[in-house]
Amino acid sequence: MRFLFKTDYEDDIRLFPHSGYVVSYGILLALLLIAPYVLSSYLMSQLVFVCIYATVGVALLILTGFTGQASLGHAAFLAIGAYTAAYLQKYNVPFPVYFLAAGILTGCIGALVGFPALRLQGIYLVIATISFAFIIEEILARWESVTNGNEGMRIKAVSLLGVTVSRDSPTFYFLCLAVLVLTIVGTLNLLRSPTGRAFVAIRDSETAARSMGINVALYKVKSFAISAAITGFAGVLFAHKLSFISPEMFTLQLSIEFIIVILIGGTFSLHGAVLGAIFIVMIDPFLTYLKDDMPGIIAGIAATFGAGMQTAANIQAKVAAFASLNGLKGAIYGIIIVLFVLFEPLGLYGRWLKIKLFFQLFPLYKRATFKRQKIYVKSERNR
Amino acid sequence: MSYFRAENLSLHFGGLKAVDAVSFAVEKGEILSIIGPNGAGKSSIFNLISRIYRPTSGRIFFEDQDITGQPPYDIARLGIARTFQNIELFENATVLSNLLVGRHRHSTTQLWQELLFLPSVRANEKVHRRRVEQVIEFLDLEPYRDKLISGLPYGVRKVIELARALCSEPKLILLDEPSSGLNVEETDDMSFWIRDMKNELGVTVLMVEHDMSLVNRVSDRVIALNYGRVLAMGSPNEVQQHPDVVAAYLGA
Repeated sequence: MRFLFKTDYEDDIRLFPHSGYVVSYGILLALLLIAPYVLSSYLMSQLVFVCIYATVGVALLILTGFTGQASLGHAAFLAIGAYTAAYLQKYNVPFPVYFLAAGILTGCIGALVGFPALRLQGIYLVIATISFAFIIEEILARWESVTNGNEGMRIKAVSLLGVTVSRDSPTFYFLCLAVLVLTIVGTLNLLRSPTGRAFVAIRDSETAARSMGINVALYKVKSFAISAAITGFAGVLFAHKLSFISPEMFTLQLSIEFIIVILIGGTFSLHGAVLGAIFIVMIDPFLTYLKDDMPGIIAGIAATFGAGMQTAANIQAKVAAFASLNGLKGAIYGIIIVLFVLFEPLGLYGRWLKIKLFFQLFPLYKRATFKRQKIYVKSERNR
Repeated sequence: MSYFRAENLSLHFGGLKAVDAVSFAVEKGEILSIIGPNGAGKSSIFNLISRIYRPTSGRIFFEDQDITGQPPYDIARLGIARTFQNIELFENATVLSNLLVGRHRHSTTQLWQELLFLPSVRANEKVHRRRVEQVIEFLDLEPYRDKLISGLPYGVRKVIELARALCSEPKLILLDEPSSGLNVEETDDMSFWIRDMKNELGVTVLMVEHDMSLVNRVSDRVIALNYGRVLAMGSPNEVQQHPDVVAAYLGA
C-alpha cells in the first residue's frame, strides 16, 4: 500500500495526489480517444449518451451531492438548453454562440429557481423543483410560436468552423467528451476552492456555515445557477444527438433518471456521476433485451421442465404481456433506487473503493471500515 | 468606550422572556464568563450576538459599531467567531476542509477564477493552508488532518470546533460551553488553550460555562444570569459569593 508523504502544501491542493493517478487517467483518456475507431457505431452512440448523462450527473452532484439541495427539475433545465439551441439555430446563430447562450440562459433561470428554494428544505424543495419542471414542460407544449408545441423541433447538425459535424461522427463524440472533461475539471477546481467548501458547509450545517461568515442564500443560488448552466450545456448536445426534440422527452421520468445517475454512482464523488451515467445508459438496451427475449427463454425453461406445448405458449404470452406493461420501466427504476439506498448507499463508486481497499489490505480488510458512525445525536438544532 | 457592548438586550418568545434587558460590556483582551442555571438564557445571548435569533429589543455594539441589524454572515466577517454547545461541524468533510471553511471570511477570489483555478486562487489557498497549519499546531491537531469528522471522538471534535473558530482569526470569540462532555484532562487542556488564546493570539473571549473550576481558572470577570436577568457581575469569587447567585443555584 502506498503511503503519501506530504512535504508541501501543494500536495493537499493538486488534482492528482500521486503519479499512479496520472498513469491510470492517462490510459483512460487514451482509450476514450481511440474508442471511435474501435467500437461499433451503436456503442459509440451509447458512449455519447454516457458523456451527456455524466455531464448532467456532475451538475446534479454540485447541487444535490455537495450543496445538499435535492432537485427533481433537471429535465427542465436540459429542455431549456435544448430548446434555446434549436430556436437560435433557426436564425443561423453559429454553434459556439448558441452553445454559450443556452448555458447562460439556463444558468439565469436556475438562479431564479434558487430564490424560492432558499426557504424550502428536503421534501418541500423536491416538490418545488418538480412543479418547476411541470411548468416548463407545459410552456414548451403551449408556446407554439417559439417551441412548435407538441410537434417538436428539428435541429440541424452542428456546424463548427464551417464544417458540418454529423451526430454520429467521431468529432461529435469528441465534442461531448470535451464538454464532460471540462465540466469535471472545472467542478474539481471549484470544490478545492472557497466556494466548493462553502457548498459542503451548507450541506452539513447551515447554522455553522452562517456563523463562519458564509452567505448561505447567495451560495445556494450560486449552486443552483452553476448546476443549471452545466445542464443547459448538456441540453444543447442532447438536442443535437437526438436531432429532434419535443416536450414529452423532458418529463419527470428523465429527472428521475438523473437522480438515479448520482444515487447509483455515489453522491460523494464525481466518479459517481460517470459510473451512474454508464449504468443508466446501458440498462436501457438490457431492459429491451429482457423484454424481447425473456418470454421465449422462460417458455423454453418451462418446456424443458415438462410443460406441454400449449402451457409453454401460454406462459410465453403471459410473460410477454407483463413485459410490455406500461410503467414497468418506472417500477424497475424505483426498485433499483430502493435496493441501492438500502444495500449500497455509497453507490457504485463506494463499491469500487471497497473492492480496492480489500485488495490493498488483504487479508486485513474489515467490513466496518465504511460503516457510517454516529456517536452522538444533535439534540438542539437552530434552524 | 467598551470593546463589545450589549445594551438592554431582550429576547421574548411570546410571553417567555428568555433574555430580559441584559446589559454588559466586554473589554478588549479579557475573558468574560457567563454562568447561570439551565435555561437562564446564556446560550440565547450567544445566539442573539451571532444573529441566529433576532433580538426583541436592545442593541449590540462591537468596536463602536452598531451590529444589531447585521445579517449573520457579516457578524463573522467583522471578526466575531463562535463555537456551539452541541458541536456543529461539517460531518462528512475532512478536518482540514472544516478548518479551511473557517478561513472563509478571508477569501477574496471570484467564482470564475476558482473555476479555472488561476494562480491567484492557488496562492490564496496556500496562504489559507499555512494559517490553518498554525492553528493545527496551536491546538495539537496534527494526527487528524485528513480524517473525516464523522469518525472522530467527541473530545477531538470539540477541539476542532475551537480550531475552526480560530482559523477565522477572530477578534472576539464566543465559546458556548467549551468543556461540556470533556473529561478532566481534556478540560485542563482547554483551560490552557483559552488562556493562550488571550495571551498569545490576543483574542477577546466571551464564554458560557458550567464547570466552575474552569471558570475560576480562566476568567477575568464573571456574569451570573437567572431567568434572563443579570444577577451579579464581577470577579469569579465575588460572583460566587453573591447571595442572589447562591440562592439561584441552591434555592433560597
